[in-house]
Amino acid sequence: MTIHSAIQSNVTKTYIIMAAFVAFVVLVAYVLGNALGYGNSFMWFAVLFSVVSSFVSYYWGDSLILAISQARPADRRRDFDFYTVAENLAIAAGLPKPRLYVIDDTAMNAFATGRDPKHAVVVATTGILSKLERRELEGVIAHELSHIKNFDTRLMAVVAVLVGTVAYLADIFLRTLWWGGGHRNRDDDRGLGQVMLLVGVVLALISPIIATLIQLATSRNREYLADASGSKLTRYPEGLARALEKLGKDKEVLEAATNATAHLYITNPFKGKNFGAWFAGLFNTHPPVADRIKRLRAM
Amino acid sequence: MNALWIVGGLVALVIVYFWSLYNGLVSLKTQIEEAWSQIDIQLKRRADLIPNLVNTVKGYAKHEKGVFSEVTKARSALISAKKLESKAEANDMLTAALGRLFAVAENYPQLKANENFVHLQKELSDTEDKVAYSRQYYNSIVNDYNIKIRTFPNTLFNEMLGFLEKEFFAANEEERKAVKVNFE
Repeated sequence: MTIHSAIQSNVTKTYIIMAAFVAFVVLVAYVLGNALGYGNSFMWFAVLFSVVSSFVSYYWGDSLILAISQARPADRRRDFDFYTVAENLAIAAGLPKPRLYVIDDTAMNAFATGRDPKHAVVVATTGILSKLERRELEGVIAHELSHIKNFDTRLMAVVAVLVGTVAYLADIFLRTLWWGGGHRNRDDDRGLGQVMLLVGVVLALISPIIATLIQLATSRNREYLADASGSKLTRYPEGLARALEKLGKDKEVLEAATNATAHLYITNPFKGKNFGAWFAGLFNTHPPVADRIKRLRAM
Repeated sequence: MNALWIVGGLVALVIVYFWSLYNGLVSLKTQIEEAWSQIDIQLKRRADLIPNLVNTVKGYAKHEKGVFSEVTKARSALISAKKLESKAEANDMLTAALGRLFAVAENYPQLKANENFVHLQKELSDTEDKVAYSRQYYNSIVNDYNIKIRTFPNTLFNEMLGFLEKEFFAANEEERKAVKVNFE
């Protein structure tokens, strides 16, 4: 895949996913509304809600992700290497300098977000900044800048917010069900109501899975491409290879990562440890680190 | 009637061709100018860091006069250089002189522990990275531009439109290696 076709497919995919999200939420709301006995009012609310959240994810996805990740702006003196390396590689890539943020966490990780190169953000943890040497950090930042240049970040930010929304909705629904919500007439049309209820439960259960599948479709192969074009920028694939080696050995779980934001990071933030990992492991969003290192060393 | 349509179509094609050729080249040329000014900014930034560095080193190693004058000379050569080629040359000269300055600094442990010195060293090596990366970007755009000019049929018209081949900002391979040894 060339850079140009990667950009084109990312831009198209973003719109498709936004449309699919609206359709999906509206469908779920329709089924749930009927299952719970609220009728179509539920659905109209969902139409409004999903269209609004699509726009929000497009224009404010980066801010939301920063807020979820509890990141602070980077400072040139305090985060000298991070700041200057990002500046330098932006020059090399012919991009405006992205806004830079730091997450105070000793787990090693980094990600980029933003809808286009002019609104790009690169985030790194204090763990990665303190444990990598400058040339290794260059490899990581170049990888992130490639995500920005390829418009991966636009697609991934939209997916992160929309996936988060679907998971949240499913959660609300399950709770409502648990507490016996809804004012369905229990004596009437029992059969139909129960069928709808069943469909509702199934939808609530599969919605996070569908969401994760979307995540999967968007991020896996992009990592290889970002590795390759990042190395073109630094002209030193060994830097990223060594960084990935260190990242692979890091067993710490990043607290600030959630199911919705996991696919943004340069390596899987859960490391096969907690509940999220069960999910992330089921649909791996990242190619294995060892494989990426092998490809880099073969360049 | 038919012939008129064909002629009209051909004329339209020629106009569209020149239109896109001209606009494409203008946009590349603008990018080249921007990239060039980026290199210029970084070279100037590098030159600006030198006096401070020399003064700091002087505080610990007064009698190493030869090195200081060499660095200062290279710096003024860089500042006064106007053309791309002479700038690249002066920049290489400065790199060599700085290499010797830092080699001298190795003999003064107190200097090496000086906070200001450490800071300047970091800034300087970062600026060298910036020069290298802006040069890389500049060269890659110049490459795109030259390829576009050289390929057929553009090559027949570029001179007529006033687009000439651009030269690369030559990278001194030895300099890149030296940077790595000295500042990592």
